[in-house]
Order: sequence, then C-alpha cells, then structure tokens
Amino acid sequence: MSDADGYEDVVKTRREESFAAFAEEKGLLHRVHHALHTTPALVPLIVLVSAVAVFGLLLGSKFFSPFALTLILQQVQIVGVLAAAQSLIILTAGIDLSVGAIAVLTSVVMGQFAFRYGIPAPMAVAAGLAIGTAIGAANGWLVSRMKLPPFIVTLGMWQIVLAANYLYSANETLRSQDIEAQAPFLQFLGNKFQVAGATFTLGVVLMVALVLILAYMLRATAWGRHVYAVGDDPEAAQLAGVDRHKTLMSVYMLVGFICGLAGWVMIGRFGSVSPSATTGVIGNIQSITAVVIGGISLFGGRGSIMGAFFGALIVGVFELGLRMAGADPQWTFLLIGTLIIAAVAVDQWIRKVTA
Amino acid sequence: MSDPILKATGLTKRYGKVTALDHCDFELFPGEILAVIGDNGAGKSTLIKALSGAVQPDGGTIYLDGNAVAFGSPNDARGVGIETVYQTLAMSPALSITDNMFMGREIRKSGVMGQVFRQLDKAAMEDFARKKLADLGLMTIQNINQPVETLSGGQRQGVAVARAAAFGSKVIILDEPTAALGVKESRRVLELIQDVRSRGIPIILISHNMPHVFEVADRIHVHRLGKRLCVVNPKDCTMSDAVALMTGAMEPPEAVAA
Repeated sequence: MSDADGYEDVVKTRREESFAAFAEEKGLLHRVHHALHTTPALVPLIVLVSAVAVFGLLLGSKFFSPFALTLILQQVQIVGVLAAAQSLIILTAGIDLSVGAIAVLTSVVMGQFAFRYGIPAPMAVAAGLAIGTAIGAANGWLVSRMKLPPFIVTLGMWQIVLAANYLYSANETLRSQDIEAQAPFLQFLGNKFQVAGATFTLGVVLMVALVLILAYMLRATAWGRHVYAVGDDPEAAQLAGVDRHKTLMSVYMLVGFICGLAGWVMIGRFGSVSPSATTGVIGNIQSITAVVIGGISLFGGRGSIMGAFFGALIVGVFELGLRMAGADPQWTFLLIGTLIIAAVAVDQWIRKVTA
Repeated sequence: MSDPILKATGLTKRYGKVTALDHCDFELFPGEILAVIGDNGAGKSTLIKALSGAVQPDGGTIYLDGNAVAFGSPNDARGVGIETVYQTLAMSPALSITDNMFMGREIRKSGVMGQVFRQLDKAAMEDFARKKLADLGLMTIQNINQPVETLSGGQRQGVAVARAAAFGSKVIILDEPTAALGVKESRRVLELIQDVRSRGIPIILISHNMPHVFEVADRIHVHRLGKRLCVVNPKDCTMSDAVALMTGAMEPPEAVAA
C-alpha cells in the first residue's frame, strides 16, 4: 500500500538530473554582483582608491605625498580602532553606542591611576584595559543573558560610562607635559618614526595590526565563523551547535578591550588625558559611519573588517582632501552622508541574491 | 528483530498544565526508517526534541544501544551520533556550504598554526564536504564555497541531510524534510533518505505527508495525546487507516498495537 494513487509517478520516472546543478550566469552585472557578494570589502576599497586618485589629481603632490597620506592614517587612528570594535558588534547583528565613551573612560582611568594613585604607568594601562573589558562584559551579559536589545543596552551604557567618567575624573584634564615628565609610557602609542618621508605613529601600527589580526580571526578561526553565524541567524547557529552566549560574551568583552586600546591610542594622539574629549560623544557615530561605509550589513552576518578599515580611511581622505582644497568643512559631512546612504543601498542590492 | 538502537521508556514532559509527553515509549531498530506521524499537538515535536537533546524530559529514560543516556543539549546528542535535520534546517544563509557543514565542529590545522593560531584547515573541510555531497549524488554542486542562500530549497535540504549523514553515526532524525519543497525536490529528498538508509543508518522521519511516509517507512509510529498509540506496518494498513488512528477515529487493532 505504498504511494496509493501514484500521483507522483510522473516525476519518479523522469528523475530530475539538474536537481543540484548550479547554473553559472555569465552576465557582467551578475559577475559584479557575485564578486561583491563574496568580497564585500571591494566597494569601499574602490571608493577609497578613487577618492585618493581624485584628490591626488586635483591637489597634486600636496595631497599625493607620503607625508599627507600617512597624516590621514594618524588622523583616523582612534576612529579606526573604534570601527574595528564596532564591526565585531555589528557582525553579530548588534550595535554599540558606548564605544567612544568606554575609550574616554579608559583613557581617564589610565591617567588617573598613574597620577592619583601613583601606580606605575604600564599597570595603569593594564587597569584601563581591564575596566574596558569589564564594561564590555556587562554589555554582553545584558544583551545575551537578559536578552535586551543591544541598541538600548549600549544607549544606557553610553550615558552611564560618560557620566562615570566625569564624576570619577572630577572633570580634571591631565596636561601633556606632566604626563611626558612623570608617566611617558601612557603616551607610548604617540611615538613616531619616519620611513622615506612617511610618518607613522605606534598608534597607527597598532590600528593596522589590530585590523589584520581581527581579519584573520574572523576568516580563519572557528570563533570567527561562529561570530558570522550568530549574526546571520542566532537560532540556526544554536541548533547547529554554536554556543550563542559564549560567542556574544567573547565579542562584547573583546570589544570592551579594544575600546580600552582606543583610549590608550587617544593619550598617544592628544598627549593629554581629557574626560571631555569629543570621542566620548561622537566616537560611536564615527565608528558606525566607518562600518556602514565599509559595507558591513547592519542586519549582521555580512561584511568584513577590512571594509570598516577602508570606511574609516575614506572618511579621513575626504576630510583632509577637502580641507586642503579649501572647501567648507560642511562638504565633508554632506559627502559622508551621501556615502552612508549609497553604501546601505549597495548592501541591500548585494543581499538580494536572486537578482 | 534485533535489539532497538534507540529506545525510550516512560518519557514525560510537562509545560505548565499541558502534558506534551505522557509516559511515551519509543523504539527504533537498526537499519530501518521509522516514520512518526500524529496530529498537530499530539506531542511528536516534543518527542523528537527529547530524543535530539533540545528539550529535557521530566521523566523517563532514553537508551542508546541499551545504555541509558541523558542529553543536556543538542550537542550531547550529537556527541553520541544522533544528528537532527530541523525543519528550519539550522543553516546560516550567508555562510558557505562548507562552513555550514562544519558549524560547531570545525577542523583545525595540525601543528603550530592550528594549536597556537587556531587556524582552520579549510582544504580538509572542503574535501570532506565535497566527498559527502558526492556520496549522496549532489556532486553537481560546483562551488563548495557558495553561500547557502544561493541554493534552492531542495539543495539546502540536500546539504542539511548530507551534514547529518556525514556526522550521524547512530541515528538521523529528519523533521518534515519535504514540507517546504516542490514535488520534484521532495522526490529527490526521499531518494536521499533511502540512500542514507541503504548505508545502514536508521532514520526517524517526521512527516505529515502520508504518501511520502507510506513510500519510504518500514514502520510507522502513530503518536496521539502525548504517547505512542501503536506502531503499524505500512504494508498492512492503508493511509486512511493511519489518519483514522492518529485522529482517534479508529481504535488500534490488537495485533499491531504496541
């Protein structure tokens, strides 16, 4: 009594040979679509190279020089490090509004621990990194265990951390010359070295190294695959055997740690430690901007950290190029705003796989 | 018949006042396809979740190869060789076929790169995935690194079955594998199921599709009101009998009652 009415016999006898065949479409648009789908950092890279080329043509050697190009790297080092952290969160389909505030608080902790308590500078830096990691862990726990939306958790944490930063520091700025005299290690990442006219700071080296290490971890380790899977579809990842909680906690803690690194980079860049540094207020938006321009999907699970790095550089190139060209700085914001919308439009197109 | 490979006695699971499993018994024998049918709300999903480790029963015991086992999570069940293909397939659409097949059990490189830098052995995983797909006649898949979202429904189901067949050494559980598929794709998946069985791995098939159940199943476990009503042989029974049993329109015949 099998297959009572035999209504499927017609397909049984004519077995579908092309069942699992993958038709290769040859259209140019399709190829572009496929390339972007597999290598999402391609768009920001193209935009970056074009922007450098256009400003290079317009401004000549003033812009297209080792000095100016490495100046861009120095100017984006804080946002670049924060964007690396933000990328990790956004890949898990979250968002972190507290990154800038954590960076400022950790820089204040590093400074105050060294000056107020007389702790050796390397220990003070370690304490700052530990506190950054702890705040990240609190964010992660609230998101993963309490199931609160990341936007709300980090919106609250942003205010809490920023307020704690002012309360703890009593709004006191540590002057650059004092730090240089008493705890020069705090400014370690501000050390410069020259290579053929190009100027690099250790902060820039740290940013590039961080991006490369994270890119490796995301691409070539099981942890990285789990980050993508959790961002893509948390239920599916869990059923497939990924520990969602562990993955989210590791991401948020790592992000807190990286924000601590950003705080250390800030001391190197500014020389001083100021609780009212603008990074605390706009660092989150700057990092999200870089991530979005870098082609990482806000819906999670798609994009690469290299893209976010390129996104941060694009913003830096526009800022310096337009300033050198003597344009009103508002043009920078106007262009960046356009880029954000264009980047999200491209992301939507890439996600439309059946196009 | 030999001893059951997977057996459960007196499984009970309550959700508040609702009793989803009421002292349910279950037996799966080596090399067979056992279909589990039951009306909506009969508790068959809960039974399957208990067997695959997704829910922990309040009472009763599960035996694998005669030894009592307790699963705290799907990973525990997977660890002893019970693989489940969920109705949702549990795949990450943006990740590749290889990534999905190895999700949660990735292979690391040997030596320093694997131990210290925890680098994945992509080549080994791709070879393995390609081989497993080829085993199930899915070798026309050209690019093993293609994202799963670019596959058709049937292809995705094929990859999910291949994943289960690759790692499931004892039992494979398939939850509604043909529910979301077209006629041709369903046909192909039924062939896949029979291919897997012919390699000696017993299968638990949950389905609402009576023609599919009657075509491939060796025995049919009829689930009703939280317990096993009876087990029928599809050769001695009609589809309307089976539907009558699972809806309560007919009492189980004494001879085949469990």
